[in-house]
Amino acid sequence: MNRWLSRDRLNRAVLALAAPLLAIVVSLVLTTLVLLLGGYSPSKTISVMVEAADRPRTQTQILNTATLYYLSAVAVAIGFRMNLFNIGVDGQYRLAALFAAAVGGAVSLPAPLHVFVTLLTAVLVGAMWAGIAAVLKVTRGVSEVISTIMLNFIATGLIAWLLNVDRLAVPVAGSNNIGTKPIPPSGQVPGISLISGSSVKVYGLIVLAIAVGIGYHIFLGRTRLGFDLRATGLSEHAAVASGVNVKRMVLLAMLLSGAVAGLVGMPELLGASFSYALNFPAGLGFTGIAIALIGRNRAVGMAVAALFWGFLDSAGNALDINRIPKEIVIILQGTIVLAVVIAYELVRRYRIAAEQRRVSRELATVPAAEEVPV
Amino acid sequence: MSTSGLIVSGPEAPAPSARVRRTDWRVLLIGFFGLLTVLSVVEVITGDNSLVSSGQINAAVLAAVPIGLAALGGLWSERAGVVNIGLEGMMILGTWFGAWGALQFDNPWIGALVGVIGGALGGLLHAVATVTFGVDQIVSGVAIILLGTGITQFLSAAVFADMPGGGEIQSPPLPRMGTIPTGGLTDPLLTLERKDIFLVSDLAGVLYGLFTGMSQLTLVAILLVPFTWWVLWRTAFGLRLRSCGEHPVAAESLGVNVYYYKYVAVTISGALSGLGGAFLAIVMNNQYRDGQTAGRGFIGLAAMIFGNWRPAGLAGGAGLFGYMDAMRLRGGSAAVHALLLAFAIGLAIFAIWRYYKGSRTAAIASGVAAIGTYLVYASTDTVPQQFLYFAPHITTLIVLAMFSQHLRMPAADGRPYRRGEE
Repeated sequence: MNRWLSRDRLNRAVLALAAPLLAIVVSLVLTTLVLLLGGYSPSKTISVMVEAADRPRTQTQILNTATLYYLSAVAVAIGFRMNLFNIGVDGQYRLAALFAAAVGGAVSLPAPLHVFVTLLTAVLVGAMWAGIAAVLKVTRGVSEVISTIMLNFIATGLIAWLLNVDRLAVPVAGSNNIGTKPIPPSGQVPGISLISGSSVKVYGLIVLAIAVGIGYHIFLGRTRLGFDLRATGLSEHAAVASGVNVKRMVLLAMLLSGAVAGLVGMPELLGASFSYALNFPAGLGFTGIAIALIGRNRAVGMAVAALFWGFLDSAGNALDINRIPKEIVIILQGTIVLAVVIAYELVRRYRIAAEQRRVSRELATVPAAEEVPV
Repeated sequence: MSTSGLIVSGPEAPAPSARVRRTDWRVLLIGFFGLLTVLSVVEVITGDNSLVSSGQINAAVLAAVPIGLAALGGLWSERAGVVNIGLEGMMILGTWFGAWGALQFDNPWIGALVGVIGGALGGLLHAVATVTFGVDQIVSGVAIILLGTGITQFLSAAVFADMPGGGEIQSPPLPRMGTIPTGGLTDPLLTLERKDIFLVSDLAGVLYGLFTGMSQLTLVAILLVPFTWWVLWRTAFGLRLRSCGEHPVAAESLGVNVYYYKYVAVTISGALSGLGGAFLAIVMNNQYRDGQTAGRGFIGLAAMIFGNWRPAGLAGGAGLFGYMDAMRLRGGSAAVHALLLAFAIGLAIFAIWRYYKGSRTAAIASGVAAIGTYLVYASTDTVPQQFLYFAPHITTLIVLAMFSQHLRMPAADGRPYRRGEE
C-alpha cells in the first residue's frame, strides 16, 4: 500500500513538471519550423537572445517588465481561482493608472503619504471598474467575460477622451505627445540598483509586486475567505451547501481582482514615466492572462512565468537589430500558452484515468483476499 | 390592445409579441423603418442632413460588413456550443492572408479565398484545442488572439517588408475588388435625395448609398446572412449542428456525431471571420496594416449577442454598430449630437410601447432615460467622438443588463463536452 502511495506521489511530481516542459519543447519545435520556413537561422535566433540576456541592461528590463506582468497575472489569477474570467484587467489598470497619475500630479503631500494616496486611487479605480462587471453579474446574470471585454473598450474610449488638454492632460515638452501633469518627486518611488553595470534601475515597486504575491499566497491558502473562494471555484454546489454566499464571493473576488489590477501600472508610473501619456504601456492585461495560465495561478509559478515572459520580450528586442523579425517571440508566446493549457488538460485526464485504474485494481484485489478465508 | 387587425399607428408600432420568435425579419424591417423615420424627424428638427445621407449609409454598410461577418462566425460557433472569443484572432489572420493572396495571385477574389483559409485555420486550431483536448474555450480564444497577432506581424515583417511599396507593418496597395454595376439605375435616387422631401428623400438616400459602388464582396457578405439562416434553421445539417449547442448528450444519443459538427461549426466560424478580415484589408483599406482589425472581432461578438444569437438580429446589430463606426470615422461631431436626440426619441417610443405592454417599471425607466438623454442633448453642443467609439460596447452592456430575460443563448454554450461523460 505504501509502495503504491509513494510511487503515485513520484508520478504526480513528474507529471506536474512534465506538462510545462513538454509544452515548451513542443512550442520551441514549432517556432523553429516557422523560423526555418521564413529562412532564418534558429540557432542564431537563440544565441542572439541568450547573449542579450547576458547584458545588465536587459536583465534590468526583464525584472521591470516581469514586475508589471506579475501584478497583472495575480489580478487575473484571483478571478481564475473562483472560475471568474477577468478579461478586463487591461481596461482596469489603464483607467486606474490614468486617474492615479492625475491625482498624483495634482496633489502635493509629504513623500510616503503622496505615494500612498496615488496607490490608493489606483486600487479604488481598478476595483470600481471591475465592480461594474461584478454588479452586472450578480444582479443581472451578465457573463463577466462579455462585460469585461466591453468595459475594456469603454475604458479605452474614456481614456482617449480624458487624456486631452482640456481635461486631464498637458502637452509633454519637446514632443507632440500629451500626458498628465508629471508627479512631483515626493510622489515618486526611487529605483533600486539591483543589477550592477546597468544605467537603468529596477522599479522600486518590485517590492510591492513581491508583497502582493505573498499576500495572494497567504490569502488563498491560510484565510477563511480564501478557502471559501477556492471552494466556490472548485464546486459551487458544495460551497453553497457549506454556507458560502456565492454572490458575495463573486463581488469580492471581482473587486479584489480589480484592486490588484489597479496596481499593474504603478511601478511604471511611479518609477519611470511619472505621467500617464499616450505611450503608456498597453495590453498588459492580456499578458497577465497568459502568465496566470502558465503559472497555474500559483504565486511562485506565475513569478517564474513572468520572468520567462520578460526574458522573451526583452531579449526579443535584440532580434530586430540582427534582421530577424522580433514578432517570432509573439508566435512563441502564443504557442506556449496553447501548448501549456493542452498539456495540463492531457495530464489531468491521464491522472484521472490512472486514479481510476489504481482504485479498480485495489478493489479487485481486496474482495479476492477476503473471499479466500470464507 | 388587440393583437389582430391592422396597426396603423406608424412604423414604430408595437412589434409582434416576443413569444412569436419567427418574426425576426419583420421585426428587423419594422425596426429599420422606425429608425429611418426617427432619424428623418431629427434631421428636420436639427437641420443636420448627414444622418441618413447616402454617403453616411455607404460608409455604414462598408463598416458593417466586417462586423457582421465576425458576428456570423460567432453565431456558427456558439450555435454548436463553442464560445469563440478568438474571432478577433481569426479575423487578424484573415487580413494578412487575404492581402497576401490578393498580391500573390494579383486577384482580389483569390485574396478573399486565401483570407477565408487563413481564418479557417485559426478556427480549426480552436476546434482542436476545445473539442479534442477539452481546453477551456475562453482560454483557447485568448491564446488564438495572441497567436494570430504574432503570426501576422511576423509574416508581415518577413514578406511585405521586401516588396516595393510595402513595409514591416503594411503591405503594398492591393488589387481592387470590382463593384456591382448599377447602370445608372440608381441616379434618379440621387436626384430624389437632393430634393429634400421628408422621409422620401431619406429613403432614396439610403437606397442610393446602399447600392451605389457596392463592392461585390459586400453583396456576398450580405447574402451570407440569409444563407446561414437557411442552413442552420432549414436543413437537417443545421438542426444537428444546433442540437450540439443545446444538448450534446441528447444529440449524441440520437446518433449525431457531436465532435464532427463542432469541428465543422468552429472551422466555418473561423472562415467567416477570416473573410471579414480579408474584407477589411482588400475592400475597406485596400492594404494590409498591423492592428487593422482594431477590436472589430469583439464588436462582432457584441453584435451577435445584441442579435440574440439569431442571423437577422445580428445583421441588425452589425448595421447599427457599423452606422456608429461610420459616423465616428466621418467625424461629424454635430451629427453625433443630433444622434442623441434620435436616441431620446427612440427611448420615449420604447417607453410608450412598454407601457402599452403593461410593464410599468420598464416604461418608467426608459422614460426617465429618454428625458435624461434629452436634457443632455439640450444642454450640450457637441458629443465627444470618443464616446461613439464605445457606443457598440455600451449598447451591448445595456442590452445584456436590461433584456437578459429576453436573450436566449444556446443552452450548452461554452460547456466542454466529452463523449461518454455526464
